[in-house]
Amino acid sequence: MRQSTLLALESFQTILKALIFVAIFGVAISTRLFSVIRFESIIHEFDPWFNFRATKYLVSHSFYEFLNWFDDRTWYPLGRVTGGTLYPGLMTTSGAIWHILRKIGLPIDIRNICVLLAPAFSGFTAWATYEFTKELKDSSAGLLAAAFMAIAPGYISRSVAGSYDNEAIAITLLMVTFMFWIKAQKTGSVLHSTLAALFYFYMVSAWGGYVFITNLIPLHVFILILMGRYQSKLYTAYTTWYAIGTLASMQIPFVGFLPIRSNDHMAALGVFGLIQIVALGDYIKSQVSSERFRVVMMISLALIISVGISGLFLLTYMGYIAPWTGRFYSLWDTNYAKIHIPIIASVSEHQPPAWPSFFFDNQFLIWLFPAGVFLLFLELKDEHVFVLAYSVLCSYFAGVMIRLMLTLTPIICVTGAIAISKLFDIYMDFSVLLPSKPVNEIKPIETKDDVKESAALSEEDDDYEADLALDYEPSSKARWFDVAAKAIVSSTFLVYLFIFVYHCTYVTSNFYSSPSVVMPSQNPDGSVALIDDFREAYYWLRMNTAEDAKVAAWWDYGYQIGGMADRTTLVDNNTWNNTHIAIVGKAMSSPEEKAYEILKAHDVDYVLVVFGGALGYSGDDLNKFLWMVRISEGIWPEEVKERNFFTDKGEYRVDSQATKTMKDSLMYKLSYHDFPSIYPNGVGQDRTRNQKITVNDVGPLDYFEEVFTSEIWLVRIYKLKSPDALGRDHGEAATFDRTLQSGVKKRVVKKPTLELRV
Amino acid sequence: MAKKQSTGSNVNTSKFVQFSESLGTAYSSYLKNVKSNNQLLLIDSFLAFLVVLGITQFLFVVLIRDNFPFNAFLSGFIMCVGQFVLLVSLRLQLISPFPGISKQRAFGEFIIASLLLHFIGIHFVN
Repeated sequence: MRQSTLLALESFQTILKALIFVAIFGVAISTRLFSVIRFESIIHEFDPWFNFRATKYLVSHSFYEFLNWFDDRTWYPLGRVTGGTLYPGLMTTSGAIWHILRKIGLPIDIRNICVLLAPAFSGFTAWATYEFTKELKDSSAGLLAAAFMAIAPGYISRSVAGSYDNEAIAITLLMVTFMFWIKAQKTGSVLHSTLAALFYFYMVSAWGGYVFITNLIPLHVFILILMGRYQSKLYTAYTTWYAIGTLASMQIPFVGFLPIRSNDHMAALGVFGLIQIVALGDYIKSQVSSERFRVVMMISLALIISVGISGLFLLTYMGYIAPWTGRFYSLWDTNYAKIHIPIIASVSEHQPPAWPSFFFDNQFLIWLFPAGVFLLFLELKDEHVFVLAYSVLCSYFAGVMIRLMLTLTPIICVTGAIAISKLFDIYMDFSVLLPSKPVNEIKPIETKDDVKESAALSEEDDDYEADLALDYEPSSKARWFDVAAKAIVSSTFLVYLFIFVYHCTYVTSNFYSSPSVVMPSQNPDGSVALIDDFREAYYWLRMNTAEDAKVAAWWDYGYQIGGMADRTTLVDNNTWNNTHIAIVGKAMSSPEEKAYEILKAHDVDYVLVVFGGALGYSGDDLNKFLWMVRISEGIWPEEVKERNFFTDKGEYRVDSQATKTMKDSLMYKLSYHDFPSIYPNGVGQDRTRNQKITVNDVGPLDYFEEVFTSEIWLVRIYKLKSPDALGRDHGEAATFDRTLQSGVKKRVVKKPTLELRV
Repeated sequence: MAKKQSTGSNVNTSKFVQFSESLGTAYSSYLKNVKSNNQLLLIDSFLAFLVVLGITQFLFVVLIRDNFPFNAFLSGFIMCVGQFVLLVSLRLQLISPFPGISKQRAFGEFIIASLLLHFIGIHFVN
């Protein structure tokens, strides 16, 4: 009888769990579809456009051609060895999905696969988070963590439909790798460890952030060894993972020999060596007395450490091991990038986040995070050490670089779920209400909020219940008091959970679902209007320019021009060549004639600038202009000086008080060309910088001609004038024309307007 | 003063003696273990072979002072190291099986992991 009810309960539990998972998958996917519903099925932002273009290349060519892809349509005239400088995981995944779907008779457009890849993978992330948390606590905490992971805005920000970026699958792989690692570390199973290594390989193929795993797992092992918790299991798990994972990671062309060359990977190698020694020491320890072992340990430790450190220094000094990369330094010294590599600092996602963004991205989980960490600290099993190391490292990283909020979010979800589930274990236990039973009776508890206690409660919980039963049995008043207290606490947290869901949906739908290619705005009557200037301009380029035309634009728009307009660009978001970017920066910050020379030398046909002044779009080129100046100043400190672009008071002005250098610069002229004259009194209002531009501020444009300006002036395209028919310099020719024009006007008053000549 | 120094050196020497002695005992008990167990003997000779193989490759690269097909050397070397640690893992499990993993399962897992390692290694050799 007891057996059968238990069995029925268990199967009921399985069904319920399956249902909850279906619900979580549904929520994870549907909440990410806001962007498709609000806008359309479109690739977002900048980097995804490159990934999309690469994916299209992959499905139209063979895999080997893809790996050997030399792209001559970017970084003109250098070109880019694209196949060897990208992480192919994302493209290969969607390419494989495309092929499989075609094989089974479902030919789906590759764009739709790319758009919907991130939401699809978010479901798997939730599942991996469940498994991960289950290893740390139990399945009820796991379900909570999965639910949090499915809707946490910190993760949604990089995985809405259309944000086809490496992170879209990388976070899934991160969690799966960690899950297998925890399992391997717990059981010592070589199989789990091999799986961890395989997913690590997949992760390496997908995202540069794999270095985080490369360092976190060794750190975990290292801490465990320091705590004196070495076991044979640890050896099995770590060495298998490291050997297979390292060898596998070298298969990615972009990574190549880095795992044995760069300092980023040295910690893993060091721990690998260390664990061999520790294993040997462990063996000796089992054979000799503890006193003698101490002696052995002392002597060998001193030897090993001195040899190891001097070896590392020697190898780095002799150039066998590359020193740490710039991005790595900028993680420790937040000012490093600003001083040494402006190109890294200029990327907005590399900036430190504002504090409210922590709350914005995680809501109440951010204050449950320390609580969860504390609870784990109390127990401090081997796998908990991993979570502690992860949370400490990632809190710091997320504080330095806003992009790394993404890696912090999973652990916040996990620890938050652990805290809440622990709380519910105690406060949702209303079993005192049941008629008194023998102490060891098994009481399943279920709440409507996905939190379920497994039928077999752990040992302490049984004791706890027993305590309760003993304590409160005699007095019914005390019992009701207890129930009331529990009800208050648990209902409070249910409300919190509800608010969390509300917050997540709100943030997702309003802040993280914009494609940034198409922007939402409001008509005066409150209805939604879409600003589609970017696509308008890129489509113009695609339709009206020669197929091999070269377009110069700031690097932000490189991928979009390549993806949407299909034209050759000088620089793009890959930013592998700082000097080349500085050339464009120099052209933009130089006076017209010099810029013309620079651009002509690079065969440029068109120049594209983004101008938000008419609309109030703050991410335009004039606001990024200082970075262009800084980057080119880094290469040509003699010719470009940042100081000259500021007024005497040190202000960044674009109106009549702007400096001469500023007004002469190409960027200024291209942005404001003809801008004031569209306003009735000739005074243009720059709505982004809130400054007034008059006709006199904007000098004549002699070397470039305007060929296209989008509907609300967001994108402006200029053509470099072809050489003058009489072989004159464009500046001279234009001055001559102007003097002629004024002279003619003096003599013959009534002459047809000269503009017709164009 | 002089006496103190001499005792100091005595302590030192005795420590080194202890060091070598403990290594000696560990080694002799190891020999005893291996001789009584044929499986361990097999594994350990394989381990020794792998070490020799790895060192040979390394010495070869050092001697010809050129590592031109670097990937080939690396994959050969890492395959040795990887197989070594996998074997050691198997050995650890044979001596004292981990809870929940039988010896048979451990062996199966070892086979899978080795196959994978060699597959990747051969892929890397080109």
